[in-house]
Amino acid sequence: MDHFPVAELPKTPTGIEGFDEVTGGGLPTGRPALVCGGAGCGKTLFAISFLVHGATRFDEPGVFMSFEESSDELAQNVASLGFDLPGLIENKKIVLDHVRIERSEIEETGDYDLEGLFIRLGYAIDSIGARRVVLDTIESLFSGLENQSILRAELRRLFRWLKDKGVTAVITGERGEGTLTRQGLEEYVSDAVIMLDHRVTDEISTRRLRIVKYRGSSHGTNEYPFLIDAEGIAVLPVTALGLNHAVSAERISTGIPRLDTMLEGNGFFRGTTVLVSGTAGSGKSSVAAHFVDAACRRGERAQMFLFEESPAQMTRNMKSIGIDLQPWVDRGLLEFHASRPSAHGLETHLSRMHRVIDRFRPSVVVFDPVSSLLSVATEADVHGTLTRLIDYLKGAGITALMTSLSHGKTEQERTDTAISSIVDTWLLLVTLESSGERNRGIYVLKARGMSHSNQIREFLLTDHGVELVDVYVGASGVLTGSARVTQEAAERAAALAEEQELERRQRALARLKTAFESELASLQAKFEAEQADLAAGIVQNEARVARLGEDKSDMAKNRRADAGNGGARPARSEDARAKRR
Amino acid sequence: MEVAEERPSSTPQAAEAAGESQILRLYIAGQTPRSIAAFANLRKICEEHLAERYQIEVIDLIQNPQLAAGDQILAVPTLVRRLPEPVRKIIGDLSNAERVLVGLDVRPAR
Repeated sequence: MDHFPVAELPKTPTGIEGFDEVTGGGLPTGRPALVCGGAGCGKTLFAISFLVHGATRFDEPGVFMSFEESSDELAQNVASLGFDLPGLIENKKIVLDHVRIERSEIEETGDYDLEGLFIRLGYAIDSIGARRVVLDTIESLFSGLENQSILRAELRRLFRWLKDKGVTAVITGERGEGTLTRQGLEEYVSDAVIMLDHRVTDEISTRRLRIVKYRGSSHGTNEYPFLIDAEGIAVLPVTALGLNHAVSAERISTGIPRLDTMLEGNGFFRGTTVLVSGTAGSGKSSVAAHFVDAACRRGERAQMFLFEESPAQMTRNMKSIGIDLQPWVDRGLLEFHASRPSAHGLETHLSRMHRVIDRFRPSVVVFDPVSSLLSVATEADVHGTLTRLIDYLKGAGITALMTSLSHGKTEQERTDTAISSIVDTWLLLVTLESSGERNRGIYVLKARGMSHSNQIREFLLTDHGVELVDVYVGASGVLTGSARVTQEAAERAAALAEEQELERRQRALARLKTAFESELASLQAKFEAEQADLAAGIVQNEARVARLGEDKSDMAKNRRADAGNGGARPARSEDARAKRR
Repeated sequence: MEVAEERPSSTPQAAEAAGESQILRLYIAGQTPRSIAAFANLRKICEEHLAERYQIEVIDLIQNPQLAAGDQILAVPTLVRRLPEPVRKIIGDLSNAERVLVGLDVRPAR
């Protein structure tokens, strides 16, 4: 008993999109599985899908034993899903047996068993070599037959018999009060129990599937949303997708050149998720339209999921800012999918988007705006849904741009944080209010894996699209719009004034220079005059000295004095010395 | 009381006139004790209460499984009164003659 080979439980694929992924292969082969849920939850559809897929895709014929709907009703009901029951019946791929019990025409007396049912089922199985069986809904027997103890014993025997037959069976059961099924069928079918749920919250219905039990197999215990639409039933696996998707280093343009510049000059990484959030009228859709336009210009396919506007409205509005999306639609590169958020539950939205994306295989998708989904579900649900969506998109290498409407400052924080942790790039569009104006600004709040600009740019909607301009950042703060224009004008005026002042000063200097030069000239003249004057003086003086000498000698001649004795001169110098003392 | 009630419909002429000859089918699955008991019980009831105005056809589903769906047979034994209309079914080993007669509209339910 210590070691024994662990054989993987063989599984039979149901062919139901997503369900086989969730269960790791489908239902347990050769065993009965119980599918239970309330009225209208999709039990019968699940069962018939299992059977039809088996017959058409897996070469496993099946028997559908209906205790409720007649063969015709059933064929009609599933014809809308593209299931050709009459054809399959004709080709001996499927046997439909309608078991009708009218209590009013049945009288019970004494002991009996349900061997008749066994024989019928056995005969049906053997007639086409069926590998799959559906009993829908066997609980109807409880209302048709009185003797419950016989019935229970026979059901127990039936499920054992099915196992012995080796057919993979789906038994449906109506949900009961406090129990999975009204008659406690879960007691008999213990290998796999799947619960379908159809919940209406805030007037919006959501379908969910849960694997209550799956003996011998690991399975997700989550509730998985599922969808019933024109293509049948589809379950959305949550955990089947993970964080191991391949990443791309390729960059794709945002469609706005200066926004690319803000993101290292190259735009977004391919396959990432971008959130563009902002208040009403901040230009979110325009950014989205640019992104889509750029993708289509590169010849890539794009899809836009609109939750507020109709496609016509979107194209018209974008045309007004010079983005013509219509040619892309005409060329089949662009698809619009518009639906009101309240039209379906969140899960249905998700599944629909999932399907549409799966079919179109676009390289970029836009959701405008995801925040409106909040009106149909709680934040936690939206978060869950978006996580699943993003996981899926990343897995498929699709670049997604989601817009999100923020209502106010605090609300914005709250709403966006619900989404922000799961996006790679977050662009915030803000309105800057000043001097009686609202102007648009854009900045990159986060951009995983790149060094992005930390600047706020003013965001202009022109007739040729979105334009980004530098905002004026001055002492008085960030200026945008006409305040920026005024400021720029004021700056230009100031610069001009300064220039003029400089010129004035230059002229003044020139004048001063002229004045200086003329002054200098006059001084020079004065100096020269003085100099000339002085020179003249010296000459006169010498002349006078000479004359004096002549006079002296004349006098000495007259007085007959010694030629060497100066006469009066020494006496005069004696006097001068005395005076100085 | 019971005899008095049974009289009018038990005269051959009246039954013929009303087309009340009972066409009965007994579905069984193999010669089980229950099948045998049911058949014996049926014979006895018919002989006692229906005189000559009945036909019994026994269908063994083990041999003819394809016939089970036609008469919507689930339980065995099942006695089906095919005629006169409406079709009535009595399931079980027919051990309670009273209920069989009520089921066959031979005797009104009390």
